[in-house]
Amino acid sequence: MSDILNGRGLSLVPKTDVKQSMKEFKTDQEVRWCPGCGDYAILAAVQSFVPDLGLRRENMVFVSGIGCSSRFPYYMNTYGFHSIHGRAPAIATGLAASRPDLSVWVITGDGDALSIGGNHLIHALRRNVNLNILLFNNRIYGLTKGQYSPTSEVGKITKSTPMGSLDKPFNPISLAIGAEASFVARTIDSDRKHLQSVLREAAEHKGTSLVEIYQNCNIFNDDAFEQLKNPEVRDDITLRLEHGRPIVSASKAVRQGPRGLEVVDRASVREEEILVHDTHNPDPSLAFALSRLDEPAFQHVPIGVFRNVDRPSYDERMAEQLDQAVADRGQGDLHDLLHGGDTWRIN
Amino acid sequence: MTKQVQQLDRVIIRFAGDSGDGMQLTGDRFTAETAEFGNDLSTLPNFPAEIRAPAGTLPGVSSFQLHFADHDILTPGDAPNVLVAMNPAALKANLGDLPRGADVIANTDEFTKRNLAKVGYAANPLEDDSLAEWRVHAVPLTTLTVKALEGFDISKKDAERAKNMFALGLLSWLYHRPTDATIKFLEGKFAKKPDIAKANVAAFQAGWNYGETTESFSVSYEIKPAKLAAGVYRNISGNQALAYGLIAASVQARLPLFLGSYPITPASDILHELSRHKRFGIRTFQAEDEIAGVGAALGAAFGGALGVTTTSGPGVALKAETVGLAVTTELPLIVVDVQRAGPSTGMPTKTEQTDLLMAMFGRNGESPVPVIAPSTPSDCFHAAIEAARIAVKYRTPVMLLSDGYLANGSEPWRVPEVSELPDISVDFATAPNGDDGETYLPFKRDPGTLARPWAVPGTPGLEHRIGGIEKADGTGNISYDPDNHDRMVRLRQAKIDGIDVPDLAVEDPDGDARVLVLGWGSTYGPIAAAARRVRKAGGKVAQAHLRHLNPLPANTGEVLRSYDKVLLPEINLGQLALLLRARFLVDIISYNRVRGLPFKAEELAGVIQDVIDSE
Ligand code: SF4
Repeated sequence: MSDILNGRGLSLVPKTDVKQSMKEFKTDQEVRWCPGCGDYAILAAVQSFVPDLGLRRENMVFVSGIGCSSRFPYYMNTYGFHSIHGRAPAIATGLAASRPDLSVWVITGDGDALSIGGNHLIHALRRNVNLNILLFNNRIYGLTKGQYSPTSEVGKITKSTPMGSLDKPFNPISLAIGAEASFVARTIDSDRKHLQSVLREAAEHKGTSLVEIYQNCNIFNDDAFEQLKNPEVRDDITLRLEHGRPIVSASKAVRQGPRGLEVVDRASVREEEILVHDTHNPDPSLAFALSRLDEPAFQHVPIGVFRNVDRPSYDERMAEQLDQAVADRGQGDLHDLLHGGDTWRIN
Repeated sequence: MTKQVQQLDRVIIRFAGDSGDGMQLTGDRFTAETAEFGNDLSTLPNFPAEIRAPAGTLPGVSSFQLHFADHDILTPGDAPNVLVAMNPAALKANLGDLPRGADVIANTDEFTKRNLAKVGYAANPLEDDSLAEWRVHAVPLTTLTVKALEGFDISKKDAERAKNMFALGLLSWLYHRPTDATIKFLEGKFAKKPDIAKANVAAFQAGWNYGETTESFSVSYEIKPAKLAAGVYRNISGNQALAYGLIAASVQARLPLFLGSYPITPASDILHELSRHKRFGIRTFQAEDEIAGVGAALGAAFGGALGVTTTSGPGVALKAETVGLAVTTELPLIVVDVQRAGPSTGMPTKTEQTDLLMAMFGRNGESPVPVIAPSTPSDCFHAAIEAARIAVKYRTPVMLLSDGYLANGSEPWRVPEVSELPDISVDFATAPNGDDGETYLPFKRDPGTLARPWAVPGTPGLEHRIGGIEKADGTGNISYDPDNHDRMVRLRQAKIDGIDVPDLAVEDPDGDARVLVLGWGSTYGPIAAAARRVRKAGGKVAQAHLRHLNPLPANTGEVLRSYDKVLLPEINLGQLALLLRARFLVDIISYNRVRGLPFKAEELAGVIQDVIDSE
């Protein structure tokens, strides 16, 4: 058992030599999202990428909360648990902490993760349990039919906010970095290649990885990410985050300015001035600063892995303590436990 | 001077002082000495929720009551024979419980003008005749302690703090307690501060010597060891017994224990205890909140662990939705509710039986959950194993209703041999169970128990999805079919109704009682003690105690109907009575007190006698 109890990324999840295909990861359940929903693209991307991980299908578990995206586990032919609103990170924590031989994925949305389940999310991140959290951010409540969400922009007109929403939204990336996350990334439903490369890095990361996926809800919040998809502007807006590479879009570049990071015309700076991305920087300040660059609303949006640092995972430390306890005092013995302490005998 | 020795059959001592005076420790040590001596015993700690209420005030009083005897006893006793009062507040707060003629040992050093004024004494009660009806022993405990510790390399404050050990020494002399274990205990407790250890031991011995030499105590007392069933004994509190029961359940179920818990009074000691036993493969997870505690336990159960969450009433309220998820996904889960006075925050350190209806019904939808209640501190051990047995056998969450009285109270426990414990292991599903030999049907039930198979991740070929949405019978696929839902609601209910629980046993020594006194949970001791008193006085009463509250034993209705009158004392406003009346149409006589304290035997004896007399 004790090699199983030493979780490191995927290193303890049993591998298979048998080549798997996308088909094996599909279930016979009819997919019930609205036609055109971004969830379809994400599902297809995940189903076609997981075979490459080479993991045994029975050792993968998808856990979700409540919301449109949370139906996801029903469509993955692995083990799955569709739980209750906001609680998937808590349930997945118990599972992952007690079973380091599993690859555990949490599927959640902006309402599920950041509103009702906000507490569980931040604590999972700081603990660094071996989980991959995919946060489908469509900036709206879909399943309850169109109320504003904690990522909706201020002034959002919805059924519950006919005169516009009042509260400032969360930036999920900033929140995750603030919550001591060891892996934080952003990707988008429409870019399958990017999505899959980010997910692969997330899967291989030890500890909790949070991947925000911009997901279009074509029914209640259509075109929320239009600028990032429109071929005419997307390459100018999208700042690619790649480790060891300068942070640029087609026309813009990021550099250190006197009051923090600034986005400038690429043509106006020398190559050496452009900030080179370092996902492994132990100090989260720069990653946090990068996460703020999409303010105000989508003038330029960093996409990719913001942060990927090595930190012991909770389950690994927990297993170590168990091993340590056995090493110090031997395996527990029930008779000795019950008959320990101050006892006396009556004849 | 040789002193007189008097024989007693039982004694009730109450140690009372300020929260900072170490009364719980003093009580614990006297209990350990008494257990070692071989008396039967029962304890009742009573302390404020505040860690340190203002010193010397009434709300700051902390007490520890101990009943010990040369025969088997059932309760910590109604009224103390001896009160140790470390200050005026302790005297004032406890004098009302003290029968005339009882002994009061008071620390005169604390009876200063200021301290007296703090609790509203205009004059010193030790100096006027207001205590004339009690036997007062005025002892300057602090001064004597400080004097005994002259020459020790410790501060005056540390010397004064050892006064509780001086008091313990004096009481140990007074009741002929063995002292070696306490000395060893003090040396261990203060191993890192040898000067303090030595001083405490010296104070303890000085207290003993003081008893031996002073004239204010002319008599000492002997209480012979009790004749209990043969075996190895240890003293155990309810919370510790419950923790040990969970460990034993893990071993006997051959499942690793996973505890998800959030600190809450009076349940936290179970978390503390279990976190010390990692070498049993136990994982304890201190969650960010109550919901995460139960969520993580359920997640672990999905992965094949024995999932447990421990809490008190406010926590159960928060966990309700997750317990409902466990009901519908049919996963094993143990929810321990150490009940305390409510509603809301209520009185966290005081006991109550007010969560029964919440345990039964406190969830949305038709959501049946088995409910089990231990009856004594040591019974928490066996109740925990029983809860686990039901949880894993029937794949269901189980509510275990302990309470503050059981949690902190203690009694001698005959330690069982491991071979006496039941094997509660079950098999995981390992192969497809569909008719085609290939598919796995997560909701295809065992025809006998109606339990569904438990297939854990990592098992090839049995990949499946479960969740909170209604499931189609058999396949577990999402289903909104009306008839399927009706069937699943009934199947889930039938599974719980069909749990095998032992019959309700009735104790009626003469066999012709017409009145039955019924109870559940922690009222067992006071009810049984009351029934004994009634019988001793010539009354006839039968007694039965429910351990399984859902489902009820099959013979419950029959038992209730075979008596002219059924009396049901509860520390609530009649929650079990409501259930039994509805279910069996029996006119139950309720007796209810909700004072945050256990019933007294004398009080219940009077109630029982009244019911008998009203025949
Ligand atoms: S409501 Fe929006 S998010 Fe939900 S399924 Fe439809 S399109 Fe997708």
